[in-house]
Amino acid sequence: MTADETHRAVLAVWRIEQPRLITSVARMVRDVPLAEDLTQEALLAALEQWPLAGVPEKPGAWLMATARRRALDHLRRRRMLERKNEMITRDMEAEQQAMPDLDSALDDDIGDELLRLIFTACHPRLPREARAALALRMICGLTTEEIARAFLLPNGTIAQRIVRAKRTLSESGLTYETPHGEEVSARLSSVLEVVYLIFNEGYTAASGEEWQRPQLCNEALRLGRVLTSIAPHESEAYGLMALMELNASRMSARTDATGEPILILDQNRALWDQFQIRRGMQALARAHELGGAGGVYALQAAIVACHAQARTAKETDWSRISALYTELATIAPSPVVELNRAVAVSMAEGPEAALAIVDRLMRDPRLKNYHLLLSVRGDLLDKLGRYGEARAEFEAAASLAGNRRERDLLRRRAAKAAEPRISS
Amino acid sequence: MRFMFIVKSAHHGAPTPELLEAMNKLADREIKAGRLLDMGGLTPLVAGAQVRITNGKLGVVDGPFVEAKEVIGGYAIFELPGKEEAVASATEFMQLHKDLSPGWEGVCELRAFAT
Repeated sequence: MTADETHRAVLAVWRIEQPRLITSVARMVRDVPLAEDLTQEALLAALEQWPLAGVPEKPGAWLMATARRRALDHLRRRRMLERKNEMITRDMEAEQQAMPDLDSALDDDIGDELLRLIFTACHPRLPREARAALALRMICGLTTEEIARAFLLPNGTIAQRIVRAKRTLSESGLTYETPHGEEVSARLSSVLEVVYLIFNEGYTAASGEEWQRPQLCNEALRLGRVLTSIAPHESEAYGLMALMELNASRMSARTDATGEPILILDQNRALWDQFQIRRGMQALARAHELGGAGGVYALQAAIVACHAQARTAKETDWSRISALYTELATIAPSPVVELNRAVAVSMAEGPEAALAIVDRLMRDPRLKNYHLLLSVRGDLLDKLGRYGEARAEFEAAASLAGNRRERDLLRRRAAKAAEPRISS
Repeated sequence: MRFMFIVKSAHHGAPTPELLEAMNKLADREIKAGRLLDMGGLTPLVAGAQVRITNGKLGVVDGPFVEAKEVIGGYAIFELPGKEEAVASATEFMQLHKDLSPGWEGVCELRAFAT
């Protein structure tokens, strides 16, 4: 193996083992951010030693033993400061005995610990971006460099976010707490929000050259699956899972060979991933069984399901989509939901009715500089034959779009609106 | 990336209870980690059937078959970041066989989905 291959092999094992390492060490030191530091030390040790000594036969057990040894060292140092010397030997012996058998590592049920880990990383006290970075690092096992690359930010920015977030947790005494009972549902929304943020960052990259970054989508999907398996009675976790699976099912149809976006109604539906659609529909059914049909994520998933189930764009049930948006707007009123409703209304009832909604939104200060509002308005004007106005809206939208691919698409639409028919 | 793991072996017997227990634990862990999407063990080839085309002719062959050297015993579908992770994961799975089912020989083939 070359050094590079070994490096990748180390990271591969690391990603698989890391949640178990961190939960196991957290149980020893009763401090999640500290446990994360200690497991990182085990990773560094592996990166140092495996290229020289070769990958051990049981790499997971090696990492676990190393991480636990670091944790014991830490506990000893801490106790050394606190207690008299003669007590230490006895403590150390007791600790050795309390160390679980490494070969039975599979026996650990990490469900509860993992839940604690997720709730700590996604604590509502932390800013959303910091929660996302911590979750990717502590639960998905991504390195700081990988997170930085995924978010197109400098390493230093991400490193700083992580350090600050950990400090906030330590200073607030939130390093090892588990919500119980009703608190779980309340805190879960903070977790779901982060998972969806990560997904969307990958699904429609807010900035940069590429419109989609599948790695982030996959990590978010994985986090979602972790949540549904360790919190199996939370309907909104299934709702979010359904929303993400159904949206992700279109990933290979959403861009052409050169990476330009293709809008949903123009996509080749044969490229939609039926396996993923099935999984999404199952998750949605589960959310409904748990009584969560009216949840924010379940409603959005139901909307996407309307698309997923239409064999052709023509067969899309726009009145149902429009009704679902109306329902969504009552529980989560937002100008963005209203804008989406306008699109559905335009398909169900025609562009005139939709334009009335959009024109109301044009006065909403929250949507000032929101390129999608102008893009939708341009589309409606285009359908109404008001080509000159349509072109102006597309151009204005293009100048506001942060993503290059999206900007190009809007410019093309502006050019097209101006092209064949001269507006009156 | 989505991978299918296909386990093939010339040993047609049921796995030892120890191996079965360890595989269940591993599967449980992998489900909770969000990586394992689907899995299943298959009954012996004797109980199956084959529909094949030979020399332009379509025919149904019902068992019993002469057991081929290596027969597919089970499969699993994983969602993993890349091939390195798939290799690490399959290695861990096969290590269980090595430790808990002495004498067992076989192969875990891993193949990425085409999409």
